[in-house]
Amino acid sequence: MHDGEIDRHRRRFLTTAATVVGGVGVAASSIPFISTMMPSAKTKAIGAPIEVDISDMKPGERKTVKWQGKPVWILRRSQENLNALSSLNTEVRDPDSSEEQQPPYAKNEYRSIKPEYLVVIGLCTHLGCSPSYVTAADQEDLGPDWKGGFFCPCHGSRFDLAGRVFKGVPAPANLVVPRYRFVTDTRILLGDDTGTG
Amino acid sequence: MDKIMKYLCALLDWIDARFPLTKLWNEHLAKYYAPKNFNFWYFFGSLALLVLVIQIVTGIWLTMNYKPSAEDAFASVEYIMRDVEWGWWMRYMHSTGSSAFFIVIYLHMFRALLYGSFKKPRELLWLTGMFIYLTLMGEAFFGYLLPWGQMSYWGAQVIISLFGAIPVIGDSLALWIRGDYVVSDVTLNRFFSFHVIAMPLVLLGLVFVHILALHEVGSNNPDGVEIKKKKDEHGIPLDGIPFHPYYTVKDIVGVVVFLIFFSMVVFYNPEMGGYFLEHNNFIPADPLKTPEHIAPVWYFTPYYAILRAIPSQVAGVFAMGLAVMLFFFLPWLDRSPVKSIRYRGWKYRLALTAFTISFLALGWLGMQVAIPTYTWLARVFSVIYFMFFVFMPFYTSTDNDKPVPERVRYP
Repeated sequence: MHDGEIDRHRRRFLTTAATVVGGVGVAASSIPFISTMMPSAKTKAIGAPIEVDISDMKPGERKTVKWQGKPVWILRRSQENLNALSSLNTEVRDPDSSEEQQPPYAKNEYRSIKPEYLVVIGLCTHLGCSPSYVTAADQEDLGPDWKGGFFCPCHGSRFDLAGRVFKGVPAPANLVVPRYRFVTDTRILLGDDTGTG
Repeated sequence: MDKIMKYLCALLDWIDARFPLTKLWNEHLAKYYAPKNFNFWYFFGSLALLVLVIQIVTGIWLTMNYKPSAEDAFASVEYIMRDVEWGWWMRYMHSTGSSAFFIVIYLHMFRALLYGSFKKPRELLWLTGMFIYLTLMGEAFFGYLLPWGQMSYWGAQVIISLFGAIPVIGDSLALWIRGDYVVSDVTLNRFFSFHVIAMPLVLLGLVFVHILALHEVGSNNPDGVEIKKKKDEHGIPLDGIPFHPYYTVKDIVGVVVFLIFFSMVVFYNPEMGGYFLEHNNFIPADPLKTPEHIAPVWYFTPYYAILRAIPSQVAGVFAMGLAVMLFFFLPWLDRSPVKSIRYRGWKYRLALTAFTISFLALGWLGMQVAIPTYTWLARVFSVIYFMFFVFMPFYTSTDNDKPVPERVRYP
């Protein structure tokens, strides 16, 4: 090694080492930038269970409540509604609720704890719009065989009165049944199911 | 008088010794040679710059009174509209500006398709332009949530859910974008940050790169002839004229005409029948109820129609993304040796016509309620849309192109 001569190996080593160390530093500093955008502790804390009174509901009536910022529907189905469900088994995509869109205790032909009351999150599984409740009597042009259900205005997805998605529509899965339990015969606790199932 | 001029010249010398002012002026304006045969289609680049300035300036002023929270946002926009001096004007300039931005950008892009401006050696120019287009879509999307009306809310819900449809990572990605389990105050607050800081910065950077790339390679022209191939003894293109004063003056005429139309909308028809400001967005956001008929603002509807046309969630989202992304590949899909439509054969002319009709038709269909007839029409036009790109290497390489002249034709 003489004075004034450039040691290219040493120079390349230093450049590479500096680049690698610097690169690792930049990559590591991306962690806080990504993490800050995830739900904060405060956001996570909101979402406590809520109680809903259903004593005033008539058959065929739907109630919408807000839970965790989302619409949750409680629908009181008539015996006629319940009887019609099995006739739709061939027209819906997942008739037996095999996909995990509900807690185990709602994995039955009515997708509910008590057959009469359907409890589902009112957001379409396609792109999250809130479908409209269309009864068989409504003149909504959903065909003569429409036995009542939900129709999404955004992209035309349809669900039956158990929240099961019909075939040939963009929504891929049944409506989600949240965790819930009956506190009394006329009060539902949304978001908590301890002691049931 | 002479004395003042002398001082001014001395001042300029003083600056030039410290900052390349005269050099910049010459390189980008006074001695930047542009083809002499520019036509109507060459207004839209400078108009896009004008709209960018309008959006930034009115945006800064709107931010002075807007409150980015779910509680106050809707009311603060109404406050701007009713109680703030000239607030209505600021807001209508900004809302009309967003639609105007997409109008001039779409026409600017169509110009490139007409005259082959994306072809070699302007591939990077085209790519930077496409990145500007993507950033602009993001900017428009983030901004649309801010008034916190019904369309703001449900539009954001749908678009974020598009990311949620991506297999495996979708749910976490959607959660990360929203910062909450639903579109909420948290989402609004970060979209405000993206809309007023992140996206505008990226946009300005990209516009700078776009113009730098343009001035390096030089403008294309309606004949698609490279003017740099024929130069005089001073190295100046024979078919080139200095941008200033020739095109600065031409562009000012364009600006005047544009502002006449722009003002007509701002002052007489700011909602544009629901196309620029949707009726449902004058109702505050209600997370429990989706409006009966929701559609994005007109500039996104072609892609929205493609999304709706496909009866499968993942495939629909994929097709929609692909419809935008395919533009990036144009420089390499087009195999014709000819740039301008003037010398292209019937195949490209037919393909471009079919594509243009499909794009417009999809745009219209995307605004309608999806009845089965329209869904089928959207499917047909979607197929044509994709065929334009997919078959491009074949029809452009076998087209009966005409011979291209040596020099531009003028007049």
